[in-house]
This record gives sequence, C-alpha cells and structure tokens, in this order.
Amino acid sequence: MSAGAEGHTRSVDIVIVGSGAGGGTVAAALAPLARDGVRILVLEQGARLEDHEFTGREIEMASALYESDGGFLTAQGTMTLAFGRAYGGSTVVYTGTSLVVPARVIERWNVPGLDAADLARRSATYIEQNNVHYLPPGEINDNNRLFVDGCRGAGYHAEQFPLNLLGCRGSSLCNLGCPNAAKQGTNRVQLPAAERAGVEVVTRAQVLRVDERAVTVRVHAKRTGEKGLPSAWAPGDYHIDAAVIVVAGGSIGSCALLLRSGLAAKLPRLGHGFTCHPAHILVAEHAHDITNDVGHPKSYYLDRADEEGFVLETCMYFPFTTAKNLTGFGAQHSATLRAFPRLQMILVLACDRAVPENCITVDRAGRPVVHYSFTRDVIRSMVAATRASARIFFAAGAVRVHAPSAVPHIIESADAGELDTRIRESHFLTGTTTVSAAHLMGGCGMGADPADSVTDAWGRVHRHPWLRVADSSLFPDALEINPYLTVMALADRAAEAVRADLGALREAADR
Amino acid sequence: MDSSRSDPLNGVRPVFRAVVETVVPEAVRLDGDGWTELEEIVRGALDSRPRHLVRQLRLLLRVIDLRARMTGHGFVALGAGDRARILSWFEASRALLLRRGFWGLRTLALMGYYARPAAAREIGYRAHAGGWAARGEGR
Repeated sequence: MSAGAEGHTRSVDIVIVGSGAGGGTVAAALAPLARDGVRILVLEQGARLEDHEFTGREIEMASALYESDGGFLTAQGTMTLAFGRAYGGSTVVYTGTSLVVPARVIERWNVPGLDAADLARRSATYIEQNNVHYLPPGEINDNNRLFVDGCRGAGYHAEQFPLNLLGCRGSSLCNLGCPNAAKQGTNRVQLPAAERAGVEVVTRAQVLRVDERAVTVRVHAKRTGEKGLPSAWAPGDYHIDAAVIVVAGGSIGSCALLLRSGLAAKLPRLGHGFTCHPAHILVAEHAHDITNDVGHPKSYYLDRADEEGFVLETCMYFPFTTAKNLTGFGAQHSATLRAFPRLQMILVLACDRAVPENCITVDRAGRPVVHYSFTRDVIRSMVAATRASARIFFAAGAVRVHAPSAVPHIIESADAGELDTRIRESHFLTGTTTVSAAHLMGGCGMGADPADSVTDAWGRVHRHPWLRVADSSLFPDALEINPYLTVMALADRAAEAVRADLGALREAADR
Repeated sequence: MDSSRSDPLNGVRPVFRAVVETVVPEAVRLDGDGWTELEEIVRGALDSRPRHLVRQLRLLLRVIDLRARMTGHGFVALGAGDRARILSWFEASRALLLRRGFWGLRTLALMGYYARPAAAREIGYRAHAGGWAARGEGR
C-alpha cells in the first residue's frame, strides 16, 4: 500500500462492497480465484464482533449490529426499517429462515434470462452449505406450537421454516445476533471460508463513492466503548482501483452508493422499485404461561401471498421492541407488557408491489432517503392479515388479542365473532399504527432494457461492464418470502458472471 | 455519564418525565437512579441521530405543555387522566406531523423504560443465551 497526497491508494482485481447474504456469497464463490493470485477485497461498513460480544441485550446489540439502531425512518416518518451493519450484514441479525423462492414470483418478475429452476438449483447449494434443516418437534416452543394449532383451528395450514442452524441452544435472541454462534450466516460460513482462501475483508470501511473501476473508502477508527474489533486498516481515506466492483450493500446501501456516485444519469431506474414487506407485530394473551422467550422464535409460517397478499410468521421480540409495536399507551399497554410470559406473537407481512412513489434517493450529503407510502392494497393486506391472525390466536385459545387496526385495540375472546367489524382499514392510521420492515428489496432491479431496469439477469449494471450488483436491490418487485436464500442464489449468479468476464475486465483495466 | 455530551432534555425534563409516567404508569415508582438510567438510554439513542431530532423533541414537549396550558395548567401539573387525554389528542391528531411526532416521543419513552434490565425482570421476560438449558425446561 502506498500513501498518496489525498490518502492511501491500492489496487486489487475485485472489490466487493458489503459482506451480507450478497457480498459474503460473492466473496466465497470467487475465493478459489484468490488461490490463483486474483486479489479480492471485501469492504464492510460495520464491525466484526467477537463471539463474547453477542450479549443478547436489546439496545446494546441493536446499536452494534443495525443501521440507526434498527430504527431507520422513512422520509414520511411512518415506518422504521431494520437492516444489519456488521461483518456478515443482515445475516447476523435474521432468524435463519431459508426458503426457496416460489416459481410464481420469478414468473411474475419476468426477467429475461432468469428462471426459477436455476435459482432453486443454486439455492440447494447454500441449503447444504449452511446446514439448513427443520427443527425436530422437541425443539419447538409453545409460541410456535400454538401458531400451528391455531392455524389448523382457523382452517389454515402452517408450514415449517427450514433454518440454517448448527448447535442452536434456543436462546430466542436471533435478531440480536446469536450468542451461541449457531446461526449459519455469512459471518459464520462464507466469509471465514473466503478469508481462509485469501480474500481480504476490511471492516469499518465505508465506501463513499464509486467511480469508473475505482472506489473511495473511509476507514473509521473504533470509538471508545464500541463493540467489535478495530479495522485491519488504519483509519483514513483510501482510493482503490479495481477491474471489477461488486456492490452488495443491501437495497438501501447499494442504491445510496450508486446514486451519490452520480450514476442515475445513465441509469434512470436506479433507486426505483423499492419494496419491503411492511410488517406489524401482533400479540395475544393466553390464560397461562407459555414457552415463548426460549426456543427458536420463527419456526412456522402461513403463506397467503398468492391469495390475500400477506404472509404470517411466528416471532418473539424483546421488551422494548414489543412495547414499541403495541399501539397506544398507558395502563392497558402496560398490562399487555406485564403479561409477557403469557404472550403469543405473530408477525404480519404485507406483500407490497413496486409503485412509482416508493423509492430510494439521497440527500445533499449523500445519505439514503427512503420514500414509502402505504398503498390501499398494502393496507387492505395488513388488515386482512390482522383478522386472520386474530382468528388464529383465538383458535389457539388466546383470551385476548391486541390488534393495531382495531378500535379499541384489545379484543376479548368473547368478541371473537366481531373481528371483521372491529378490525378495519379505516382504523389503520399512519403515524400511530407502528409499522416496521426488514425485507428491503429493489432499487437496482434486473431486466433487459436500461430504460426499465438497472442490471441484467446476472447483476451486470447496464452500460457499466466493470460494475455489478449482488444483493436484494436486484429484485424487480417484492419476493413474498424471506429473501436471504434468494439473495445468495442471485449473488452466486453474479459471481459466475464475474468469473466469466474477469479476463476481459482485467485487460480493459490495464489499458 | 459522559459530561461532554449535551443534554437533550435540558429545559424540558419535567415535561418529558410526565410524558413517560403517562405512557408507562409504572414509571412513577422510579427512583433517582432509575430516572438517570432511563434518561441515559434516551440520550444514547439520540446521540446517534441527526441533531434536528433533538430540536424537534424539545419543540414537541413544549407544544404538549402549551396544549395542556389551554386547559389552565401546565402538563406536569395535570392529573393522570388529563395527561392521557392530552397525549391521546396528539396520537389521534388529523395532522400527520403531530401523530408521528408523538409516535417518536412515545418510542423514546418506551425505550427508556423497557430497555432497562429491571423492566425486563418486572414483565417476566427471561430470554437467556443459555436457552433451554438455562430455563431448565422444554425439550
């Protein structure tokens, strides 16, 4: 490395921006090239935490692992977005759910050159690599069992999530980073493998902008009291030349980086097509204690995406997160929290669609701004999902249900016959009803034409052969399921395209 | 406490505490250390946010107090029922600006209260890294 007048400079063959499901997968897939002398560098904005630093404490871990502590606000101020910022990206903070994308979604996307069978085949590789399996019945807690029973009683069929766990002890703390290193995210599988093969991973490295075959990076010092190891590089600004740049900073991170780098002029769809599966957390109280804050929290789901535009998932959150997601305040709100050992929880996800007004832009400082308005269809889906959840809760034996779109919010079991009148679209009040999202998708959508897409079906950015995208920003529309396995499959394709093009790209860089 | 950081509740602390006690009635039982812990959590959250959010927080607390004074008393002097009615007015306001302002303030109050380990114990939250083995049940 040499220090230039404006900072350090360095030259590599491939730069990968981000280390989550996309970047981590690309790093591992390209790692064999490192053994042949190809220089591969991963730049991750977050820190690399040591195992003992995963304490399961809510605020402490949210601050260490999430962007904006997990509370990134949309421009409208009516929804918070949660996305990881750490070695391993969001795979550090998800629950390990590993679903193969349904063929119907890929058909709806209608991206030339992308087919469901190819994604399923690639997904199978990562299912094996990440030890994806179904938890045995003895490891399912009451919160999940009640969901299965309730679905059955309400006339639905719950399905079990395949999970990427190895040595799960049932801490229930997945969303705060597994304290037992059991979740097989890219921080546990792909990145260590890539590093063993010679890929360099630099943390606390914020990529400021992308230029033709170069990135500008600011490496941050570790602050006093902050979790994580210091960066392997000295703090300061770096200019890095590369034959190929793979952007995998997640939907918001990737779009913001490309937008502040001035690429929108040639890529009119950059930042457009943002979707996020807006979500509610619903809770119900049972008459007796249940096992809820022990055991894997998300073992079952109900897929009503095709029929009613929503998916229900089991979940179990932490005191503040739960409190925030209950509507209202005061004595009734407190009473619900104080019933914590008796609470069953369901996460409601609306399958939103890409619409023109929902997009990612940047402010004058280059920071991401996410514009999101709830369409009538989304509100309709969330209300339908809330009604279905209430039926499931009551069928499972709940004595009362807290429903954000009901007035009053608490519905007693004696009133279970009035769900359609009590839970209504007119009660969904933005800015009062808590909505959050963690499946952030789109902004660099795939397609054949630069007029209506940003990349081709292999993550090649139109008109920029040296620039690739390999994360959930590639989705041209919502996925309708948990996205990580699909991100890995798409990243695997992006890595294959880089391998195929690398010779020509290195020649072009040398000219 | 790091004294080099500015105090986001400077000048509005009594109204903020009254709001917290209305959002979480059990907060009236907090002692001095409890309030310090709660406010330190809030300050930590605000530290990582844009400065204008702190200004907006202070402004909203002053607006809440002004709204209360329309009834003849400041917010702090009101009884629990009257305080709740004032906050409900903001929560259900026709103006999105006021609704989301209150939503943010409520979020800070809930964070300050429920992120304390003592509050987790109070409500019976028992998650532990040891999982099933630590609980001595299940499986």
